[in-house]
Amino acid sequence: MIHFDQVSVTYPGAATPALRDVDLNIPEGELCLVVGRTGAGKSTLLGCVNGLVPHFSGGDLRGRVRVDGRDTALHPPRDFADLVGVVGQDPLAGFVTDVVEDELAFGMEQLGVAPAVMRKRVEETLDLLGIAELRSRPLRTLSGGQQQRVAIGAVLAMHPKVLVLDEPTSALDPTAAEEVLAAITRLVHDLGVTAVVAEHRLERVAQYADLVIVLEDATAAAGDPATMLETSPIAPPIVELGRLAGWSPLPLSARDARRVAQPLRDRLAALSPASNPNCDGDVVVEGRGIVVRYGTTVAVRGIDVEIRSGEVVALMGRNGSGKSSLLWALQGSGPRDGGSVLVHSDPNAPLDPARLRPAEARHHVGLVPQTPADLLYLPTVVAECSQADSDAAAAAGTCRSVLDRLVAGIDDETHPRDLSEGQRLALVLAIQLSAAPRVVLLDEPTRGLDYPAKAALGSLLRDLAEAGKSVMVSTHDVEFVAACADRVVVMAEGEVVADGPTAEVVVASPAFAPQVAKVLAPQPWLTVATVRDALAELEP
Amino acid sequence: MGPRLARDLHPGAWWLWALGMAAAATRTTNPLLLVLIVAVVGVVVSARRSEAPWAKGFGAYVVFGLVVIALRVVFRMFLDGGDGAHVLFRLPEIPLPEAAAGIRLGGAVSLEGVLAAVYDGLRLATLVICLGSANVLANPKRLLKSMPSALYEVGSAVTVALSLAPQMVESGRRVMRARRLRGEPGRRLAWFHQVAIPVMADALDRSLMLAAAMDSRGYGRTAGATRAGRTLTATLMLSGLGGICVGTYGTLDTTTPRVIGLPMLVAGVALAVGGLAAGGRRVPRSRYRPDRWRREEIGVALCGLGVAVALGIVASVDPDALNPSLQPLSWPALPLVATVAVLLGALPSVIAPQPRLAAGAST
Repeated sequence: MIHFDQVSVTYPGAATPALRDVDLNIPEGELCLVVGRTGAGKSTLLGCVNGLVPHFSGGDLRGRVRVDGRDTALHPPRDFADLVGVVGQDPLAGFVTDVVEDELAFGMEQLGVAPAVMRKRVEETLDLLGIAELRSRPLRTLSGGQQQRVAIGAVLAMHPKVLVLDEPTSALDPTAAEEVLAAITRLVHDLGVTAVVAEHRLERVAQYADLVIVLEDATAAAGDPATMLETSPIAPPIVELGRLAGWSPLPLSARDARRVAQPLRDRLAALSPASNPNCDGDVVVEGRGIVVRYGTTVAVRGIDVEIRSGEVVALMGRNGSGKSSLLWALQGSGPRDGGSVLVHSDPNAPLDPARLRPAEARHHVGLVPQTPADLLYLPTVVAECSQADSDAAAAAGTCRSVLDRLVAGIDDETHPRDLSEGQRLALVLAIQLSAAPRVVLLDEPTRGLDYPAKAALGSLLRDLAEAGKSVMVSTHDVEFVAACADRVVVMAEGEVVADGPTAEVVVASPAFAPQVAKVLAPQPWLTVATVRDALAELEP
Repeated sequence: MGPRLARDLHPGAWWLWALGMAAAATRTTNPLLLVLIVAVVGVVVSARRSEAPWAKGFGAYVVFGLVVIALRVVFRMFLDGGDGAHVLFRLPEIPLPEAAAGIRLGGAVSLEGVLAAVYDGLRLATLVICLGSANVLANPKRLLKSMPSALYEVGSAVTVALSLAPQMVESGRRVMRARRLRGEPGRRLAWFHQVAIPVMADALDRSLMLAAAMDSRGYGRTAGATRAGRTLTATLMLSGLGGICVGTYGTLDTTTPRVIGLPMLVAGVALAVGGLAAGGRRVPRSRYRPDRWRREEIGVALCGLGVAVALGIVASVDPDALNPSLQPLSWPALPLVATVAVLLGALPSVIAPQPRLAAGAST
């Protein structure tokens, strides 16, 4: 269905090609997963499929890409609309109309589908993706999972043979991600659609893939998922566990892994995970009965929350459950309609950050918002860093040295917008840390990060906690939570529904359990790292 | 005939009706008639507006109308308060140099002057309210969707631009809030810098993503447009638009020869319509659930146009009835024919079907 023949892509001004000599053949009706580190060329590869690269992006494409016999060099992307459906990372940014039904019809209108057929296909699509009850809803009022499904429906209504999805679940909570993935697999299995999916969260997708393309240093290799993931630079926890235990072929789903995991469970039976030292530091942040309202909707309903010194607390819950509102209220910049927040930076003089001037509050509580780029406005990294130093009245070079500790080797003259997600997050975190706050809050820092970047962020947060700071991080990523949080607070509908040590909370619900826990249950292992350490002790 | 089902009327019908009412209002300065027109429009709006977000602005248009009247009166009082016999009060007069003869600042304010200003302001206010009512009754986006298919691209571009504004507001609010996290550094100029740059960068990113999405969804496909076809369309459109311009000028300016007036206008419109049709033929595009033009639409449009034509006729037969005399002062009378005609404009409150309440669109 999709043929890449010696394809190389070089963007203007780039020293090295983004893709080099790629030969691929993706057969019809396969779910093909594209795996690679940030910047390995995943988006370029996806863009090649319908000609957005090079027609829209610019750059020089050598070789030949053919989809169903049609050459992308000869046709612009709009002529591929009937053949290839593309769903971008941020569905909201790709919506043209403002109501669900019109959005589903937009593509068909462009193709000139007859009105009667169009009417029928819209109804079919609504049912196929389970969004019939949303038909007259404005797109902006939908949740992330619903928006993603509408975006998929909007291209699906054109009856494309190929579906290209760029990180379809990265912004979604686990349940919404399941909905979207279920929809995608159903399309592949029932309708024979060929799907090409790029995704950082391999633990969610790997088990459904028929074919895996691994991108490394601009070159691509394709093959059977189990074989390809054995050596891939990026792998989900279940594969890491398989590599550690030497399973072959590698299991990709929790079910397959459990079948072969009995020997490993036996070896581990006598051991117990090295637990983090119990956090009994002083309470640094003390929130009592916090209420946040927007008009008539209550985002946070009288929550009590504590963060101790030297502790990393994860804040979980589905999209819209009030996590962001709580973090902003704790920082003092967001609205708070009731309750109190006290920060014990100085044990003798607790402060309410909302009563301080913003410039003062950030010396006590620092917050990295969901879109870190909102804080950046200068043209170079070095300008941002020196501005941060002078704002925080810190010694010159403070911010830069923090940044270097987070991510080494960012060029001074880079424009902040050109940084990768992970680098930009690190820059904003460094800016906030240069004010030396006792408390650090992060709102969804893991979206868009690949495994190495996430691991780096995790160990960084651990370091901050070791240094006596209090960290609270909201995230959907169970694996990240399992690796770095001491305590988990789960929110729903603005209330706290669970609050306890990570191991207890995360294992208690199947939807929240990390992959390792699913495989090794009932034993209390959460991450590959703890298993590795335990095994290393076993056979010194 | 079965029960009448609730449905949204074609936006074009509402616009024609509202334009008719507005055209009628331009024919008269009779305050009684003008107030009647506003009342009629108000009745129709309250009977047939939906729960959708755009349908909540009627009050704002009325307030805007009142402001127009007030401004008109205030200006009239200060600039040339009027030469009428009934002087209400005197403002201090500012002497002007010889060169500005004919202009008076301050001085006597007469009842005649003020009334003339009120009548004039009321006419403008009525126009504003009529056009506002169309905006309230018809979904502006659906109106764009009903454009001829040759103008489809323009319509889509406007739709996208309309949805960009709320996005900018949203990202502006987000950035303002995020600014507090850096401690609101700097002053005045820095403020602009810190908000404008992230917002603009965000808007640019979004536009690029949207453009890519629209391109890959087939926007702008023009299959098989021949060179000759394009030339024909362009020629027809350009000559048509030229004809419309000259024709409009001719109709408004009575000193030009008759030929340049109405005939030119008609010819221009015909050419432009031909151009749109020729352009639309080469566009392989279809419409999802287009608004159809049915009996009710025709009725509503005819009501508005009827009012306009009736007042036009009255104005040429009996101009005094529509423009009550101020010199000498007299009570405005309510001319029978014109009154009945204006009341006819209220019929859509019965003719038009109930709108479908846009369910879930409450946010």
